[in-house]
Amino acid sequence: MKVVAPRLSTGRVLALLGCILLVLAPHATRLPLWIAAVAAWSLGLRAVFAWRGWGLPKTWMLLILAASAAVGIWLSYGQLFGRDAAVALLILMLCLKLMELRAERDAYVLILLGYFLVITDFLYSQSIPTALYLLICVWFVTACLIAFQYRDRPPRPTAVLRQAGWMLAQAAPLMLVFFLLFPRVQGPLWGFPQAAYGAVSGLSDTMAPGSLSSLSLSDDVAFRVDFTTPPPTPARLYWRGPVMWDFDGRTWRAGDSAPLPLAEERPQTGQDVIRYVVTLEPHNLRWLFGADLPAQRPKDSLLTHDYQMFALRPVRQRMRYAMSSQLNYRIGLTESPRNIERALRLPQGFNPRSLEFARQLQQAHPDAKEIVRNALLLFREKPFFYTLVPPELGRDSVDEFLFTTRRGFCEHFASSFVFLMRAAGVPARIVTGYQGGVFNPIGAYLIVRQSEAHAWAEVWLDGEGWVRIDPTAAVSPQRIESGIAAAMPLGEPLPLMVRTDNALLRQLRFGLDAAANGWNQWVLGYTPERQLRIFERVGFGKANWQNLALALSAATALVLAVLSVLLLRKLRRPLRDPVQVLWDDFSRKLSRRGLPRRPGEGPVDYVRRVTAGQPTLAGDVAQIGALYTRLRYGASSGNARELAELRRRVRAFRP
Amino acid sequence: MRRARCWRTSRFPDRPSTFIVNAPLSPRIADGPTPTSGRAPIVLTQRRVYILPTKQGLLYATMLALMLIGAINYNLGLGYVLTFLLAGLGIIALLHTWRNLAGLAITVGRTEPVFAGDPAVHEIRIDSVVTFVRPSIGVAPPGMPPVFVDVPAQDSCIARISMPTQRRGWQPLDTVRVSTTFPLGLFRAWSNVAIDSVVLAYPRPEADGPPLPAVSGEDAGAGVTGAGSDDFASFRSYSPGDSLKHVAWKAAARSDVLLVKQFAGSAGRERWLEWRDVHPALPLEPALARLARWVLLAEEGGERYGLRLPGTEIAPGGGHDHRDHCLEALALFDGKVTR
Repeated sequence: MKVVAPRLSTGRVLALLGCILLVLAPHATRLPLWIAAVAAWSLGLRAVFAWRGWGLPKTWMLLILAASAAVGIWLSYGQLFGRDAAVALLILMLCLKLMELRAERDAYVLILLGYFLVITDFLYSQSIPTALYLLICVWFVTACLIAFQYRDRPPRPTAVLRQAGWMLAQAAPLMLVFFLLFPRVQGPLWGFPQAAYGAVSGLSDTMAPGSLSSLSLSDDVAFRVDFTTPPPTPARLYWRGPVMWDFDGRTWRAGDSAPLPLAEERPQTGQDVIRYVVTLEPHNLRWLFGADLPAQRPKDSLLTHDYQMFALRPVRQRMRYAMSSQLNYRIGLTESPRNIERALRLPQGFNPRSLEFARQLQQAHPDAKEIVRNALLLFREKPFFYTLVPPELGRDSVDEFLFTTRRGFCEHFASSFVFLMRAAGVPARIVTGYQGGVFNPIGAYLIVRQSEAHAWAEVWLDGEGWVRIDPTAAVSPQRIESGIAAAMPLGEPLPLMVRTDNALLRQLRFGLDAAANGWNQWVLGYTPERQLRIFERVGFGKANWQNLALALSAATALVLAVLSVLLLRKLRRPLRDPVQVLWDDFSRKLSRRGLPRRPGEGPVDYVRRVTAGQPTLAGDVAQIGALYTRLRYGASSGNARELAELRRRVRAFRP
Repeated sequence: MRRARCWRTSRFPDRPSTFIVNAPLSPRIADGPTPTSGRAPIVLTQRRVYILPTKQGLLYATMLALMLIGAINYNLGLGYVLTFLLAGLGIIALLHTWRNLAGLAITVGRTEPVFAGDPAVHEIRIDSVVTFVRPSIGVAPPGMPPVFVDVPAQDSCIARISMPTQRRGWQPLDTVRVSTTFPLGLFRAWSNVAIDSVVLAYPRPEADGPPLPAVSGEDAGAGVTGAGSDDFASFRSYSPGDSLKHVAWKAAARSDVLLVKQFAGSAGRERWLEWRDVHPALPLEPALARLARWVLLAEEGGERYGLRLPGTEIAPGGGHDHRDHCLEALALFDGKVTR
């Protein structure tokens, strides 16, 4: 006999549409407008079809629509299977599937697509709010799946939702076990589509006027630092990043830097060693950041002769590395003539006034240290201002800044200072990176945001090597001492997360960031290495995938055993009325005394017979009997106090 | 012939009905562990319930595999969380699906005879002792779509399975498959239960054949005094199977015994419906169909009628039970003419 596929009721179709709307909503902002419009239109149209009971479009119409959707994706994205294009294609196909949602089978496909769309959301955001929202989506989609299993009319939506929530709650311990113990594989399995990385903010290998000040407007986290030794004050923390050597009159470039020979890797003298773990946010470039000079650098990293630290591959996912640094150091005591020459090179025909000023400095002071001191004096004594919104600079940017506008951000100070040094014959280079950071008292770690981006100078002095000079500190010591928020005059457009004015807000901010940090460390940053390390630390033995699989099976079996007992216990023994249980206990005690209840004898008759025959027990028996009849048949049924009283008396009853 | 296993409840349960084809009390021993059998409730114990993924379940597993690959490739921590949550959900669904079926008690309910061609309805009672509702329990005869019922908590419900009938005689339903895919449809738990339910199908009466034959000479002897329904003759005491139309309710109200009105008249004679009147003029089945029609006509006419088949003779009588008795004899007639 032919099996007739059950038709879908209007209510179920509408519920399914609601779930899909919920899942699609976060995608809407990222999709091209036409796709979002098509999705909304399809959902609305299908709802009207369901409401009115209209027939659905023919298959050939859907095939034409599917083909045009693919063409549309091609036109919008230039490809069909890149990350964004594939997600958009999936969404369009889901919309078309809506148009042939006829039988239960189609509904299943849609529900599974709904689950799948949830995971595509994670390609774009994995924050806590996203996770919560999508958990709600999963909850509703699961409820939808359950509702489809009710052959008759399903119960009230709240009951189905409760059931779905309950099942998800039961699945949670299994999820935890899988998450912790499922042997992890380091991705990617195949090449990352480049489109997976949109623009991320961060330092780059070039520096032009305005590049750092615009970065300072971002409150994105650059990295977080857990100190294992007592942390130094933020003022001492210069997080070294790209080092700029080459200047074309406007832009500084990092250029190529040769690797540092291993033998020279240790800085000359060493004190003040700090140890810490950095959790670096992905920035799509290879730089790793560490405080000043790396004493012990993370494995799989490179160090160049100017002490830039590189990862082997661009940092495209959040990365954790442990390292130690020296805050007191001497580097480059014997610098190669090639590098000295490179550190003196200047473009021809720019900034004549600055060149003249530097020449005067050089003539007045034969000692390089004196030149440095006097140049800093210029910044300190002339009316320079530290601001996030400096005026635009023209061709001779250093001249204009030093002698006309005198308003700038750290890149202006560092750039013009290095220019002066080179013009005065002192080898100098620019170091960019981050300065300071904010301590989060809640998670006890340091947050370094993009707004902490900084640029300073290093000059090479004979006999001392490369020495850090921070001209910004000369103008605005507060920037270094207390961070950027303190250094900025009121009214500057600081990012919300950096402001320090409201104590409550600051506390909330720290709390949120601590949560985000824990989330990053434990949920998003639970990498294969981390898994193995934790596995070993917990003491499960040698961490390899065989042992992990063993532990996974054992833990799964354990959790399943507990869940089975909890779920299937009710099958064996229907829940018994506690009043009845107590009464049976009481009867058993009496029957051990030779006074069994006769078949068909009611409680009242039984009690009467026992009290008549056993005057010594009469009081207890009569009271228990009265309590039982009241609880069982009388007005006290469900009365917790009397139930407790009955329990006490039956327990104490010793015939 | 199959053992009769069809019974009807009497309108007066304390008095045994004359027309009960008693069911055998001893359960049939099942051939092997499944299908299980028995007249007593068959409990779907743990060993009897099987479970396997459905097509949707396999699709779900494929989706999880794709999600896992995606999570690995894009290093999505939350992707892992979602994949593992859904995997956990699948495993939980297995427990729930199994639990939805395990422990149910299956009993064969009563059946009503039908005319061949009409659907035969088998009633299957499902009892649940647990404190939760068990929704969407499907009961399916082999090769047919299931009938779904929701079994309430600590209660029972009845699944009515309608099977087409083509021929007269016993219509057996040996086994049913009790199954469920609730709550997620990812797994199907099932158990094959040998229920041995049967429904009797009477021969389908001829649609429009000749009317009742004239009462023959043999019948006429009893005919004058025979009971008809035209003119009231006397009362007699009720016997099971008498038509309720003929109960003298006014007279019954005055006395403790139910009285039935007896009628005299031309139609009130005893009539014999004879096999030889229809066979060999007609082949076997059409002959039975004609006799079935005559039984219905005679009953409708309020006559007292008897049935003579080779090897079977049913003394004249009237009322629904008598009619059913005659129809049953027709339904089970094996066509062997014994002389």
